[in-house]
Amino acid sequence: MLRILHNTHIDFIRLQKQAAIFIALLIVPGIILTAIRGFNYSVEFTGGTLMQVEFVNDPPPGIADVRAALADADLSDVEPAQFGSPRDFVVKAQEEDAGAQAGGAGTIVERIRGAFDERFGAGSYRVDRTEAIGPKVGSELRQQAAVALLIAFGLTLVYLAWRFEWRFALAAVLATVHDIFATLAFMQYMNMEISLFVVGGILTVIGYSMNDKVVVFDRVRENLRKKRKESLYDTLNRSVNETLPRTVMTGSTTLASLLALLIFGGVVIRPFAWVLTFGIVIGTFSSIYVASPLLLWIERRWPREIGDRGGVAGRLNVGAAPSGGTAAKPARPAKPPKAAPSAR
Amino acid sequence: MSNLRNRLLLIGAMILASFWALFPRDVVERRVNPADSSVSYDTVSRFPLKRGLDLAGGMYVALEIDQERQRVANESEALDRALTVLRKRIDPMGVTEADIRKAGSNRITVELPGVDDERRALEMVAKVAQLEFQITDESGALQKALPRLNDIVRREGAVVGTTARSGDSARPANPLSGIFAADSGARADTGQGADTNDLFGATGEGPLSDILMPGEIPGEFFVLLSDVPKAERYLSLPAVRQALPPGQDVLWGSDTIPLGAQLARGLYVVGSRAILTGESLIDATPQQAPEGIVVAFTLDNAGGRRFRSETSRHIGDYMAIVLDDRVMGRPPVIQSAIGTRGQITLGGNRLQEATDLALVLRAGALPVPLRVIEIRKIGPSLGQDAIRQGINAGVLSVALVVLIMVVYYRFSGFLAVLGLVFYTLSTLAILAGFDATLTLPGIAGFVLSIGMAVDANFLIFERIREELDQGKTIRTAIDEGFNHAWSAIVDTHVTTALTAIILYQFGTGPVKGFALTLLAGIGASLVSAIFVVRTLFLLWLNRKRATQTLSI
Repeated sequence: MLRILHNTHIDFIRLQKQAAIFIALLIVPGIILTAIRGFNYSVEFTGGTLMQVEFVNDPPPGIADVRAALADADLSDVEPAQFGSPRDFVVKAQEEDAGAQAGGAGTIVERIRGAFDERFGAGSYRVDRTEAIGPKVGSELRQQAAVALLIAFGLTLVYLAWRFEWRFALAAVLATVHDIFATLAFMQYMNMEISLFVVGGILTVIGYSMNDKVVVFDRVRENLRKKRKESLYDTLNRSVNETLPRTVMTGSTTLASLLALLIFGGVVIRPFAWVLTFGIVIGTFSSIYVASPLLLWIERRWPREIGDRGGVAGRLNVGAAPSGGTAAKPARPAKPPKAAPSAR
Repeated sequence: MSNLRNRLLLIGAMILASFWALFPRDVVERRVNPADSSVSYDTVSRFPLKRGLDLAGGMYVALEIDQERQRVANESEALDRALTVLRKRIDPMGVTEADIRKAGSNRITVELPGVDDERRALEMVAKVAQLEFQITDESGALQKALPRLNDIVRREGAVVGTTARSGDSARPANPLSGIFAADSGARADTGQGADTNDLFGATGEGPLSDILMPGEIPGEFFVLLSDVPKAERYLSLPAVRQALPPGQDVLWGSDTIPLGAQLARGLYVVGSRAILTGESLIDATPQQAPEGIVVAFTLDNAGGRRFRSETSRHIGDYMAIVLDDRVMGRPPVIQSAIGTRGQITLGGNRLQEATDLALVLRAGALPVPLRVIEIRKIGPSLGQDAIRQGINAGVLSVALVVLIMVVYYRFSGFLAVLGLVFYTLSTLAILAGFDATLTLPGIAGFVLSIGMAVDANFLIFERIREELDQGKTIRTAIDEGFNHAWSAIVDTHVTTALTAIILYQFGTGPVKGFALTLLAGIGASLVSAIFVVRTLFLLWLNRKRATQTLSI
């Protein structure tokens, strides 16, 4: 029987400080970058026009030629960029005037075509894709995406609070919020555009990451029912260890699927695949290093009262006594207890 | 073992149902020959999953009521009427599976698979097609108002930097001299052109006067193409609009007119009162006439009577044919009373355009002006690329997943792979059952969910291994494994389903496709992991009752 990470006894929670530093290093520069330059929204969100053009003649013009063609037609605010192969270009224009987008000869699409016709000849290129989106549609979409995200969190919170307990739900949701922040920070570093497709990817990361936390907490719930004398600290560590093979296997299989998308998915799907790849790596990380310390912290911050059944376990022994630290900053036990020896 | 037999029967039934849902079926397709608008019906055998616009290529347009052009109180009702008109217009275009629907209470979305000519489709969809016949102004009202209009433009400080062009040598000193030189033969008979020129010749000095040149017929002006934006700007000033001659409309012509070496556009002053509107029109067809391609139209009886009496009062006048506030061609002179039949001359020789215009006129005008707020067009080649890429990614993804499962879990992994086959089949069947369209994000979602579908198997198998570690018998370990993994599987599936449902609710087009695939996948994965794979295990246990080892 081939087994990885079998019967491990790693004290993951002990590494919570290192994990916190790692997270801060990952996320804080992203937040600063966002504060400076904001998000890089696609035309779907900002409104504007996008055209994907494929040049069929040999050799295809370079980016400088395309830019010059646009500038000649007084379209210098239209930004061209290479897209995939050297034949493909994407040109983007941000229009202030909503009316200019409505059909008719004066649209930006027609003007771009005119510019290319003049410079490269009418038959020398093919328009593969056009998107013209009014500013109103864009802002609505942005709002919708935000609302969708919040509702997704809200509903999951309620469901988990019902299936587990509100402390578990809060820890799972906070750990997932962490994943979102980390993914957004990653997109900032990669200078990736936030498109509708990518937002779909982020929502998938939420679903996936929530999955992961639920599996670990499901084990915690079970272990809490079984072992009464073990501290929560130990129970959490034990549960993470016990579910570790599954966590890693699922993570790697999903990553294998994503690898396929990254290799063959083409230029349109690639950003989506990148977001998911990173999101799933960080989601797996946070299932191990973030969710459990968060739950521990929440339990210490709002300890349940004796007799509070809490739906999960009758009584909880919340680790070693806090060593005088403030409530907001949970103190780690001076000497972390060694993970309990396996019962088997 | 009746329990096992029932399970197998149920699985067999589900597989059969899936095959049935996915089996290519005969569909009657309506085809329209665009040349002569004849309709034929073809029976084609087709895989029931429709391809979305991003895979098939085509165009998506979202429209809303243009409240700036016309205030509408009851948007929803107005859109319903607009929807009927749009259907009438698009049906004869011969687009297979065009989808025209109301989105929310204030939008119409139109999906036109396979449509590649963006310009044409937009003309068909967004054109109001309000047809009016108006008599051009003969009183020189605009000339008289020009001094005042010039003052207003100056006062508003809107004068666009006087370009060198106003004194440009490239501009003919007298623009009309060029026309007459080229056209004198035709003009000489009527002798009218010269009169007109004398009568309305001078437009005086001023920002507006500088760019307006009197035309050849009453109420006609020419504006050089390079001056058109300037003129549009002046004429759109609120103060200027107020000072325009009352009872007259000032409208642009649809065509460019060669003026000597340069191109100009016509600007027409026409009486606001339409002598007839397109409502009286009952038929319109494109025709080849000596003067080029025309759209011949037929009026109903009442309209014909009215047209006859109006035109008989205006013999010798010029009648502008106005479509959506644009004067079509150059206004012809009314030589005699016109009855139920007439024609609209289009500049140039564009049969397609005439066909489309005839079609739009037949379908009637939109009850409200619509504004295009979103256009997405995907060329057919991009869709083919996407399908090829999707298939490649899918094949590689499946190969990797199968490899991982079989290498890591051996025989049990093989059972899980059988479960995956069932999963794939039923996901596609569910999608077909919901009449879903397969989109690029949908394929991505599907490839992704294969990875996630095996998660349930991991949960179960790891649990079985743990139970075996505790020294339980194979049969108990399998039972316990499935039972204990159950709660985690349900919770993970429900949380993902919640996200997918929200995506479906809030997402538009492509994201909806992704969410639907995800949802279908979640359902199929649940059944596959906890029912199908378990049944396979039971089957195996049943055959090897005395087995002591499980390959997991």
